[in-house]
This record gives sequence, structure tokens and C-alpha cells, in this order.
Amino acid sequence: MGFVLVQFLTGLASASSLFLVAAGLTVIFGVTRVVNFAHGSLYMLGAYLGWTILSRLPGGPAWFAGGVVLAGLGIAAVGVLIEVLLLQRIYKAPELLQLLATFGVVLVVQDLVLKLWGPNDLTLSRPPWMRSFVQIAGERMPFYDLLMIGIGPLVLLALWLLFTRTRWGTLVRAATQDREMVAALGVDQRLLFTTVFALGAGLAGIGGALALPDGSANGQMDLTAITDAFVVVVVGGLGSLPGAYLASLLIALLQAFGIVLLPKITLVLVFVVMAVVLVVRPNGLLGRKLTLARGEANTLALVRPAEPALRWLGVAALLLAVWAPWFVGPFALSVMTEMLVAMLFAASLHVMMGPGGMPSFGHAAWFGLGAYGAAFAVKGLALSMPAALVVAPFGAALAALVFGGFVVRLSGVYLAMLTLAFAQIVWAVMFQAVSVTGGDNGILGVWPAGWASNPRVFYWLTLAICVACVLVLRRALYAPFGYALRATRDSALRAEAIGLNAGSLRLVALVIAGAAAGLAGGLAAFSKGSVFPTYISIDRSVDALVMVLLGGVQSMAGPVVGALAYTGLFDMLLMVTDLWRLVLGLSIIALVLVFPQGIAGTTYRLWLRGREA
Amino acid sequence: MLNVDDLHSYYGRAHILQGASFALPAGEVMVLLGRNGAGKSTTMKSLIGIVRPARGRIDFAGVDIAGWEPHRIARAGLGYVPEERRVFTDLTVLENLEVGRQPARDGRPAWTEERLFALFPNLGRMRTRAGGRMSGGEQQMLTIARTLMGNPRLLLLDEPSEGLAPVIVEEMAGAILALKQEGVTVLLAEQNLHFAARVADRAAVIEKGRIVWTGTMAALHADEAVRTAYLAV
Ligand SMILES: Nc1ncnc2c1ncn2[C@@H]1O[C@H](COP(=O)(O)OP(=O)(O)OP(=O)(O)O)[C@@H](O)[C@H]1O
Ligand SMILES: [Mg+2]
Repeated sequence: MGFVLVQFLTGLASASSLFLVAAGLTVIFGVTRVVNFAHGSLYMLGAYLGWTILSRLPGGPAWFAGGVVLAGLGIAAVGVLIEVLLLQRIYKAPELLQLLATFGVVLVVQDLVLKLWGPNDLTLSRPPWMRSFVQIAGERMPFYDLLMIGIGPLVLLALWLLFTRTRWGTLVRAATQDREMVAALGVDQRLLFTTVFALGAGLAGIGGALALPDGSANGQMDLTAITDAFVVVVVGGLGSLPGAYLASLLIALLQAFGIVLLPKITLVLVFVVMAVVLVVRPNGLLGRKLTLARGEANTLALVRPAEPALRWLGVAALLLAVWAPWFVGPFALSVMTEMLVAMLFAASLHVMMGPGGMPSFGHAAWFGLGAYGAAFAVKGLALSMPAALVVAPFGAALAALVFGGFVVRLSGVYLAMLTLAFAQIVWAVMFQAVSVTGGDNGILGVWPAGWASNPRVFYWLTLAICVACVLVLRRALYAPFGYALRATRDSALRAEAIGLNAGSLRLVALVIAGAAAGLAGGLAAFSKGSVFPTYISIDRSVDALVMVLLGGVQSMAGPVVGALAYTGLFDMLLMVTDLWRLVLGLSIIALVLVFPQGIAGTTYRLWLRGREA
Repeated sequence: MLNVDDLHSYYGRAHILQGASFALPAGEVMVLLGRNGAGKSTTMKSLIGIVRPARGRIDFAGVDIAGWEPHRIARAGLGYVPEERRVFTDLTVLENLEVGRQPARDGRPAWTEERLFALFPNLGRMRTRAGGRMSGGEQQMLTIARTLMGNPRLLLLDEPSEGLAPVIVEEMAGAILALKQEGVTVLLAEQNLHFAARVADRAAVIEKGRIVWTGTMAALHADEAVRTAYLAV
């Protein structure tokens, strides 16, 4: 009995930690509608800054509390910096581009942390009071964890008072609904947004510093924190603070007992919970259907097929690509093969995100399923390479069909998070089913058939398949199907009214996207000769997202340009500098500031304007 | 008080205000009349800065406010009541009023919740009700009261009578006349000529983004030609 109680209390303590990160994220989203990917980075910075401060202070509890608050204030200041220098310039940009910009911040912070604090995990030497235990029903409960239990509800209460009992809180709640009206009543919403962002960042910073005694400050905590925070916020309902606390409780308690009952499930438990909640309640536990806040930018530019001039450019590039193997070395050739695969992968995500209006945080799922499908076909079923390259897209498409039914009912961030959940579940299966998939060691020896074993031949094969598929996808998007799909994206209701079935159109788009991504995965498997669970990792999903957003989400040229630019930039940076994250992050931020419609989108607009003038 | 000169505004590429000019003396109530789509709301939005005018001057109490941001214009003493009732539905009546609160100006007594509840007795009976659970008429009262909390010198009212029952319209007219007594200058956009006649001193007629006629209400009443040409109902 004592064991169950202690497990329960431990769950409550971790619920508080989860809530601290998630609260800031949900507050920021609720008001500014910015999906702040850099929230985990603020949490990580809080831990590092907290370490710097706390390791210099005496060990008493009061000093500790003071140090944590100081770290929170420091991170709030960092938040102000990010908001003023970056976000303020892009509040009117499309939502996904804001996401991309904050992802740039993630990269920059990673390198800064490495430079400032070094690569080692930093732990705090814990004074006696922190190490002490309390006897509960015959079991030992760490005193610090008991403190943590109280902090979550305390912060919830403080925030609730702040939002309901102060003028600032009233203004913030009003701005959540109608920014323009608030401004017309004489309120400087810029100041409001900056303070909200500072509050959210400060909460993340405090969360990071409070996590120190039970862990360490390390370079991986940003992505773990952001994933956890997103899950909590989405399960609770975007923008809802009580929802976030409830979700923290649910997840932390399930985690605390899950670890005992089913040790293997802990890797994916949170994602399973999220998937179930989203399937049952598409707006999270306490969330409401999101309406656009008045005064917020939202429209996407109209898309038209490329002008003839652009087509000729494409043809020229293609000819160059066909000739390339004769004058580049083997390394460049392998990079180019990789770029082609990335191009198809990004194009497939574009189908979902652009015309389909379904942003995905887990697109690597289809890529990975294709890769594993091809590997099983070759190694398990002893099929030939061409057959395996048929299995790859069909396998992925089948999974997309089964799973898509749940996805297409959601929208926006909820949809994106459900795809992430699915990708994480697929990842965990591949990671844990060691007897079939080799687990972490992957499946090796997935080599191309003899006739394609020459890298040049394989490159040409990849070129032919990828270019053909991208053209087919593009064709589909400018066919009636594509227009119907865009109609459902722009207004599901009106599309239904003219007889389009939004659900099935979106499902078809998802299946097509899944198949194309699966094919890209299959090609990747043969080009690398192996498959690993990393093919399904969050990083890879984020890569695809970055490529599409970088290029511009409105036209097929976008993902193509984005994939080529991103892969090329990435490989080049890796060669010339060890600060590649910093450079890449700053480039992404600069690109977003200069090209608020993505590279392809903005170039196209400028070109149109030039022609009109 | 207000002197608008050659004002041009666009929605994207659509040229909506095409050189609107008019003047409004302090302490008067002026009505902006015009057909659907003539540009009344756009004029209002350009004055408060929600739509950024592309060209022209807006001289407000001696300063050119064209191109300022809305919150600055509001703080300078321009109060805007939008056409669609944009109450904050999650906020209570009192909280809605709080959002509008700005310091008093010109040495005149500040509007307080109690004074506003005297002006709009309905609101006083539902202080803690959420804005989203009020009738259309009550919401309209609330948006006006909320704007008054900013102690405006000039009040822009975009079709306050729209969709209201005659009794409520009458109450609204009483409120506007009471405001005039207080010395507030009012610019009113209206289609309801009867209501306009009840409260306004002068009128400006807008057509395709230009002011095509200005004069007193009495002159408008006498000018059958203008009324049939621009306001035919
Ligand atoms: N957000 C917008 N985007 C594009 N065009 C707009 C927008 N709002 C209004 N318009 C156009 O601008 C013109 C003037 O509109 P406005 O709302 O100013 O008219 P109004 O005189 O207030 O009409 P009403 O009596 O119907 O309220 C109309 O032709 C309208 O179609
Ligand atoms: Mg109007």
C-alpha cells in the first residue's frame, strides 16, 4: 500500500514539473497564437542559468528559492529579447512560418548553450535538506518531491488570480479574442504581447531550474521538454490552464504506474494517451474549438501553375541533374541522391500541408514505414529491389489509410500533434521489436539490385523516380482533385455545401502523401543500404517541415526549392563549421524575416510585382 | 475638432475611399449617410487607424493622426464603436468596461461604471454577466459604454441602430443626445434616416468613397434631389 501511495505522490510531483513547462506554452499560445517551438529551449536555458546561479549560492532553502526566481527572471528577459527582435515582426505571417522561426531559435540556442556551458551534463551538488526523506506509510519519499507536489497547484492558482483579478489579465483575455478591438480601445497590444511572452518564458525558466536537483542541465532537454509540453498542452486543450494541469496529472500518474506495470510502454505512453484523447475529444480535455482571433493574419496566397519561364528553369535544372554524375565525385553524388530523396519527401508533405491544409509533425512515420517496408521485402520476403520499391509506398499508404481516418477529423496543431503521436508509436515499435527490426541496430545490407549497384545508375534511377513522382503530385494538385482539396482547406463548410466530401478528400490527400513519403523512404533505404529507427525520429519530421516551410507552402516549387536548399545548406555547413546549428538557425530566422511567404512564394510575388510595374 | 482632407484607403488593391473630405465642429453630432457599400464603415476604420489610410490628412484637434496606430489614436481621444458588436464574449460586463478604461481628459469628469449604468440602466442589472450571454441590443449598449470608458472627445458610432427594436433605438437616441449634452462630439454612420434626423445636427453623404454632399439636417430634409439620388430606400 505504501508503495502505491509513494508512486502516486511521485506522479503528483512530476505532474508539477510538466505543468510548469506546459503552462508557459499554453499562455503564450492562448494570447499570441504563436506555436512557440523554442519553449523547450527556454526551459533548457533556465536549467543552465539556474545551475550557474545556484552553484554559486549557499545551500539553504531560501537561497535556492531566490536562485530559482532569479533564473526565471533571467529567462523572462531572454523571452523579451526573442519577442521584440523576432516574433513582433512576424505576428502577421502565416502560423507555420512563425513555427519555423521559433525552430531557428531552437538551433541557435543549442549552439549557444554548447559554447557557453560546454558539452557535459551539469549537476547540482545537493545540500542535505534536498537529499532528505520523509517516511510515508513505511516508504521513503524525497522531501524535494513533496515540495514539488505543492508547486504545480500554487502556480496554477497564482496564474488564475493574475488573469482574473488584475487589469493586465483582463486585457490579455480580451486580446485573446479580439486584438484589433483592444487596440482600438487604446491598449498597446505590443506591450501586452511582450509581457505575456516574458511571463511564459519565465515559467519555463523556473521549470528548468526546478528540474536541476532531480536531474541535470543537458543539451537534450530542450526537445524532450518541448515534446512533453506540447503533449500536455494539446491533451489539456490549447490555451486552457486548468486543462494543462489536468493533462499533466493524467500523464504523470499514468507514467508513474505504467513504469511499474508495463516497463516497455513508457517510451510511448504519453503519445498513446494523446492519441486516445484526441480521437475522443478533438479539442483536448478542456479546450474549445479554436476560432481565429480578430486581427490575426491567416490567409494564404492563391496558387496558380508555374509560369512558362519557371518551367524552362526547371527543365534546365533537370538536364543539369542528368548530366551531373559525369563531372562530380562520389561524395557529391551521394549528397545529390540524398537531395532527391529529400525533395520527394518534402513534396509529399507539401501535399498534406499546402493544398490539404494539414500540417504534420510526424511525417517521418510514412518515410520510415516505407524504408522498413522495403527492407522487410528484401530481407524477409527475398523480393527484388523493384518489388520492394512497390511495397514501400503501398505499405505506407495502407497505414495512412487506416490511421488517416482519425487524423482528418482534426485540424491545426491538434492534427499536427496526432500525426506526431502516430510517428512516435511507430518509432517505438521499430525500436522495441528487436527480434524483427533489430531495434537500435537497424536492418543492414539493404543493397540495390546488381544492375543498380553502380552509384551513378542508382542516382539516375532515383532522379527518374523522384522527378516523375513530384510531377505526378503536382499534376494532381492542379487537377480538379487539387482544387477541391484547397476548397475544403479554405472552408470545409462551404466545400460541403457544394457537394465536396471534406473528410474523404483529405483522407485521399493523406494517403497520397503517405505513399510518396513511403517511396522516398524506400529509396533512402537502398541508397544507405540500411534502415534505423532514426528514420522515424522527430528530427526527421522536423526536417521535412523545415524544408517545406523554407521553400514556401503555397506551390510545388516551394518544397522542391526548400529541400534542395536545406539539404545543400546542411551538408555544406557540416563541412565548414562546427557551429552549423547556429549558422543554420540564424539563416532560417533571416529567411523568415526576409521571405515571410517562403523562398519560392516571396520570389514569385516579387516577380509578379516586377512584371506588373 | 475633426478635419478630414482627401482621404484615400484601400483593401488590398481595391480603392475604397477615393478622396473623402469633410469637417466636424466640436460639440456637434454629424451623421454619415450612404448606401450599403458606400464606404461609411471604411471611413470610420480609417479614422481610428484599423485601416491605414494610404493618403490624406486627418486633423484631429490640431494634430494630423493619419497613419498612427489605433491605440495611439484612441488615446488621443477618438472613441470607436464598431458596426458588428464586438463585445468580449468571455468577459463580464464590468470586465468589458475595464478594457476600455483610460484616464480622464480636458479636466472633464471621467466616465465611471456607475455613470454609465445610469445612462444604460439595462447594463447595471447584469454587471457580472458574460458578454456572450447578452442580447444584441444589450451588447450594442455595452460596446458604446465600453468606448465611453476611454473618455473620448470624439465618438465614432458605426450604425448603432442596426437590427435593434424600435424601443431600443429610441433609448439609443436618448443616450446619444445625453452624450451631446455632456459635450462629446459624435460622428454617426447610419442608414436609418429617421434615427439620424432625431439625433444629428448635420449630415455628410458618402457615395463610392467620396463625400458628395454636406449640410445641416434641415437642408438635407429640404433637398429632395440629394435624398433620391444617394439615399433612395
Ligand atoms: N475587408 C474588406 N476587404 C475588401 N473589401 C471590403 C472589405 N470591407 C469592405 N469592403 C468593400 O469596401 C466597400 C465599402 O465598404 P464599407 O463597409 O465601408 O461600406 P458601408 O458604407 O459601411 O456599408 P454598410 O452600410 O453595408 O455597412 C464595399 O464595396 C465593400 O465591399
Ligand atoms: Mg458599414
